Amino acid sequence: MNIELITFFIFSFLLIVTSIKVITSPNPVLSAIYLVFSFFLSAVLWLLLGAEFLSIILILVYVGAVMVLFLFVVMMLDINIAKKSAAYIKYLPVGVGVFIIFNVLIIFFFINTFENINYNAINSINVISESNTENLGYVLFTDYIVEFEIAGLILLLGILSAIVLTYRKNPNNKYQNPTEQIDVEKKDRLKIIKGLKE
Amino acid sequence: MDIIFYIINTLVSILMVVAPLFLIVAYVTYSERKIIGFMQSRMGPTRVGPSGLLQPIADVLKLVSKEIIIPTNANKGIFLTAPMLMLVPSLLVWAVIPLSEFFIISNINAGLLFILALTSLSVYGVILAGWASNSKYAFLGSMRSAAQIIAYEIAMGFALVGVLMLSGSLNLQVIIQEQSGSILNWFWIPLFPLFLIYFIAGVAETNRAPFDVSEGESEIVAGFHVEYSGMAFAMFFLAEYMNLILISILSSIMFFGGWLSPFQGTFLDAYFSFVPGFVWLSLKTLIFIFIFLWLRATLPRYRYDQIMRLGWKVFLPITFFWLTVIGILIYLKYLPL
Repeated sequence: MNIELITFFIFSFLLIVTSIKVITSPNPVLSAIYLVFSFFLSAVLWLLLGAEFLSIILILVYVGAVMVLFLFVVMMLDINIAKKSAAYIKYLPVGVGVFIIFNVLIIFFFINTFENINYNAINSINVISESNTENLGYVLFTDYIVEFEIAGLILLLGILSAIVLTYRKNPNNKYQNPTEQIDVEKKDRLKIIKGLKE
Repeated sequence: MDIIFYIINTLVSILMVVAPLFLIVAYVTYSERKIIGFMQSRMGPTRVGPSGLLQPIADVLKLVSKEIIIPTNANKGIFLTAPMLMLVPSLLVWAVIPLSEFFIISNINAGLLFILALTSLSVYGVILAGWASNSKYAFLGSMRSAAQIIAYEIAMGFALVGVLMLSGSLNLQVIIQEQSGSILNWFWIPLFPLFLIYFIAGVAETNRAPFDVSEGESEIVAGFHVEYSGMAFAMFFLAEYMNLILISILSSIMFFGGWLSPFQGTFLDAYFSFVPGFVWLSLKTLIFIFIFLWLRATLPRYRYDQIMRLGWKVFLPITFFWLTVIGILIYLKYLPL
């Protein structure tokens, strides 16, 4: 047993445990925290594969930004303990169905890929250096530039549509115009009164 | 046998960094009280030891011996893990910081990304502390701080993209070596706006004055750590100062040449060649720490909407603009110098 294999087994075991905890823990905040842990553990698995850029980006984007916003929303909810048993049994058949279909699809995919494996696909990517980050950046901005830009545009559209869908102008808004506030001068605020007599 | 030697070697180098760090944090708190005291015509601590020099030790003893009170209805597990979540990432970052030409615990290629990823984690300590204490003030404080940290993290990341563009590497040693030549080759000249944004966003990330809305003593008592006492509070305190030192040292590495001598390329270089790089790095870092303390002594707290406006509407467009400028200059081969 080499050390990489041991690390892999420890972290993938923990990953499975935390992933199960995400759906079984009664408190939604705890679920979100377990999800954070599982992101971390999968980042470690990527690190074991030598994909240091992807694993750090996973932590930076998912743990550092997405899950923070998620926690933000979940904490605002007033339900501390979700009602358990009834909902579990109700949704169990659907869940098991999805689980089975998903797994069958994945198994088929892998069987197909490994049978008709095309080693040239990996070799045809331009490798410019040993660093994973540099290679990924090079490929993204040369061979796959169109796809990359389209993905960016879709994300931008997503942001814009989310804002358009949820934004309601609040008539009681106490918005202050910052330029007006900055432009205030001494004579606008301060009045000197002369000649006050006793 | 090799692996045991490797582990011992790593442990010793970790101790060499972390143990002095705690001492430095203790004396940064002392110097903060002294410097702010002098700026406000006070004496600062004077009673414990000669001119108050043993004051931090007394503070540590006090905090260690105090009871940790856990509020009723607090989520006990999260309440106690939150301070650790705050402290551990800020300690982990030191693994990739080059303290001199030869000393770095782990010289990884994705060092800059590693730093960005880990500094983005400290927000969990704040949010979870606020939620787990089951207190309105703590919750308000953590909400404010989370929104603020997310807003400034983006500007901070973009400021570091400028460094990445000029150095062409994510490795911190390479970033420092790319700045060698003379003081004019350091990145602060082409990246001056980004440097300012990085430092100000760093102040906001550490939740210190004038961005300390998450504590806001006068509005929400003490913000997210209002329910904490004893050692649990001390960990928040430690984490805050650890982050302060971290932002200072990162600013000097990214924009001011790290351990490079400021006299490089001039006739003075030969006279100062005996000074180790670590000393130059410490001096640069101390200047930034002083600026941190100076800001706290002189500036009033920002209003919450002003913080948000500054982060999203001022800093972000400036970083976008300056990155474009840098890109054009690199394309026209004016940069890197």
